[in-house]
Amino acid sequence: MDAEPEEGQRLATEARDRVRFEEDALALSDQVYRVARHLASSREDADELMQETYARAFRSWRSFTPGTNMRAWLLRILTNLNIDRGRRQQRAPQMQPLEANDYFLYDKLAENGDGISDEEQVVERLSQDDIVTALSVVPHDFRDVLVLVDLGDFSYADAAQILDIPVGTVMSRLHRGRRILKRELAESALEEAT
Amino acid sequence: MTDPCAHCEQMMQPYLDHVLTDEEMAQAEAHLAECVDCQRRYKFEESLRIYVRKAVNEPMPEELRVKLSALRIPLE
Repeated sequence: MDAEPEEGQRLATEARDRVRFEEDALALSDQVYRVARHLASSREDADELMQETYARAFRSWRSFTPGTNMRAWLLRILTNLNIDRGRRQQRAPQMQPLEANDYFLYDKLAENGDGISDEEQVVERLSQDDIVTALSVVPHDFRDVLVLVDLGDFSYADAAQILDIPVGTVMSRLHRGRRILKRELAESALEEAT
Repeated sequence: MTDPCAHCEQMMQPYLDHVLTDEEMAQAEAHLAECVDCQRRYKFEESLRIYVRKAVNEPMPEELRVKLSALRIPLE
């Protein structure tokens, strides 16, 4: 009978820890969504993915180590779910030629820029829709890294851990992903110019 | 001898990500100091990154916030 108060104490502590965990996770939802929105292919997919992620996180809260990066932990669940849900019909086009270099987009925009000399004005020749569309066209393997690092502000090391790939692969996919994005942007900018 | 602008282009992404070694950083900066074209292209890349972040940022829908909260496991 003596064990009962101790058990009650233990359950109360656990309940308190769990509530705190849920509150912390929910407080991060805006930041998780910012990344999830572009890991998923559409707003609807992002919505479902967020709900699946949080449902799983709340069920398996005990596997989170307090004091570690909760945002990375949530995104690891989210990227795994994204893969499990078979949203990777697209194979990584490792073989696809990518003739565009890093300077390609700027050179194209500046060419059509009637002598615009301010780089910020050159950027503004791109519309918000063009950018959203161009990002959605970047193949998943590259987009995952691009979104985590450039939109989610994760370090190379965090992105490597979330996606379970080596840091070197993060770097090469990031560089290539940015080039693919710029090639897509250059194409849409050129279409509009003609 | 490789084209200095081509070399500078190779350095651009790691430069802006702050992952170059001191020596590589000094090399890139030496070229940038004397090449207006590369300077502009670097400046453009920096502006582009900021612009892309802004352009694709979508606030989380309020309905989703409510749905996520409802997923919490009730206390017994």
